[in-house]
Formats: sequence, C-alpha cells, structure tokens
Amino acid sequence: MVKGRQGERVRLYVRGTVLGYKRSKSNQYPNTSLIQIEGLNTKEDVAWYCGKRMAYIYKAKVKKNGTHYRCIWGKVIRPHGNSGVVRAKFKSNLPPKSMGAKVRVFMYPSNI
Amino acid sequence: MAPKTRNPDLIRGIGKYSRSKMYHKRGLWAIKEKHGGKFPHHDPKPKPDVAAEKPPKFYPADDVKKPLVNKRKPKPTKLRSSITPGTVLIILTGRFKGKRVVFLKQLLSGLLLITGPFKINGVPLRRVNQSYVIATSTKVDISGVSVDKFDDKYFAKKAEKKKKKGEGEFFESEKVENILPQEKKDDQKSVDAALIKSIEGVCDLKTYLGARFSLKSGMKPHELVF
Repeated sequence: MVKGRQGERVRLYVRGTVLGYKRSKSNQYPNTSLIQIEGLNTKEDVAWYCGKRMAYIYKAKVKKNGTHYRCIWGKVIRPHGNSGVVRAKFKSNLPPKSMGAKVRVFMYPSNI
Repeated sequence: MAPKTRNPDLIRGIGKYSRSKMYHKRGLWAIKEKHGGKFPHHDPKPKPDVAAEKPPKFYPADDVKKPLVNKRKPKPTKLRSSITPGTVLIILTGRFKGKRVVFLKQLLSGLLLITGPFKINGVPLRRVNQSYVIATSTKVDISGVSVDKFDDKYFAKKAEKKKKKGEGEFFESEKVENILPQEKKDDQKSVDAALIKSIEGVCDLKTYLGARFSLKSGMKPHELVF
C-alpha cells in the first residue's frame, strides 16, 4: 500500500493470477484456489514456493482501517498438476470475482 | 545409547539366560568373595528431621486431579547455516523491506540482531525474525565490533507505570516521551564505526548496502542465487 511517503517502490513479491477454484468437471471446491505464478512452468519449480504467503488485494468503497484497500491472506500449499500451477488456501475463501485477478506471492517465510 | 544387555531376549519377556546363569554373569560371586562371603552393606544415611506435618484443615469433597508437570524447556530457534555473523541479509517485510543489512548475532529469543549500518541505509540496531530475511553469500568482516551488551531486554518496550486515573486525568492525555535516548544513539555509533571501516575496505560494498533489493521483470526467485 502506498503510504504517505515518497519511498522507493520495491517489489518483493512475485505476481500470480487466480485461475479459479479447485474443481472437477462439474463440481468446484471453493476452499482451495488455483494460482498461476509468473515464471513457474514445472512441478519441480513449485517446491521453492510451497508455504510462501500470498495476499489477494482488492479495493472497496468503504474505508476500513483508514484505507480503501483490503486483503485476504493465504499461502501456497502444493503444486497442482505438472505445469507449475499451484494450489492455495486463503484465510477465507476467495470471492468469485477474484478469478483472473492478480495475487501477490511473497518470498517469506524464507528458507534461503 | 542403550547399554549392552547381558541377557538378550529370546522373545519379549523371556531372556536367554536363567537366574543362576545371570548371577554368574553379573559377577555377584566375585563381589561376595571380595567382601568376605557377604554382599557389601552400606548403612542408610541419617535423614534430617522432618517437621511433623499437621493434618490438613480441609479435605475436598471429590478427588481433584493435579495437572501433569511440564518440564519442557524451549530451545533457541535453529539458525540457518547460511546465516553467520557478518552476513548481508535482505529484509523482506516491514518498513525496511528490500534493504540490505548486516547480521550481527542471534539473540536468546531466536531473533536476529541486525544493523544497517545506520549511516549507510538508515536501518538502526534492530531485531528481525529469521523467516523474514534472505541470506546472501556476501559477508562483512565483523571482528572489530563488540555486540555483547545487546540482548532482548535492550529492545524491550519501556514498562509504563499504571497510574490510578482520577477524574481530572481522564480528559488529559498523558504525554509519553518517545525520543530515542542518547545512550542508544551512542551504541549505534560505536557499533557502526568499526563496521563502516571494514565495509569501506571492500569495493562497492557501501553502495550495495545503500541500495534496496527489488524483483524486476523476468526475475524468478526460485532460480536466483542469493
């Protein structure tokens, strides 16, 4: 969030896209979302990101805690399939309007 | 390591050797011989006189269960092998996110003690959690710095005395003094003085510590070598 200062904008997160909920052909399970993380193409790459926290950030009309921005926190749980898609669980399920929206995948809790 | 048993199990509950054979194996016959046909006997130590206990005045109606004793002593957090005193760390979170910072030592609580140094990037002596930090392979020579006086109590918040609020005081907000004491400023200067000397000895390290880390387009953290 932009605070009232002219700080350097550093990006310490990887961009991700919400693809939808975990699902089979005709049933979906909204407690787990599928996330496509930029730059991840294989199941092996995902191992680094397992457990990393992520945030879905959205705007609302009413100011809460002094800001229009709100956030749902979650984390990467496990890879989904062979091509770098990731399963994520959030503190509360992601709303359906988040499909196609951006998510920030942070680099902590770090293990390097 | 379990001591070697003289009587291995054939099956659980049945040993290989009989009582008489075990008597011989344990050498009890040799001990008897050494002490003239009898086992050595030690008189019990005289116990100090215990004051006579008065019978309790109150017996609870039902038996009250006592909670089990917890003798667990938590260990300090394990420090990652990549983090050694003098390592340059990248802070991932908080107001100093992205800053490259020098690691000094691990405190008893498990948190890491770091410093900017303050003159180079504005990060003071601070505690940070290991999980919110990336260790780089850059090391700074830290031998000239003494960090013994810093511990968790140094960073604890000053406990404010709870004053009984009278009616008049409800409407006056207490002015809390929040200026950094001069002692802490001096501590910062003394720690940084030795550090900055060793940093300036290395080419470009000063600008490196002054710059912030950021992910750029195309950078993949799982492929980066820090």
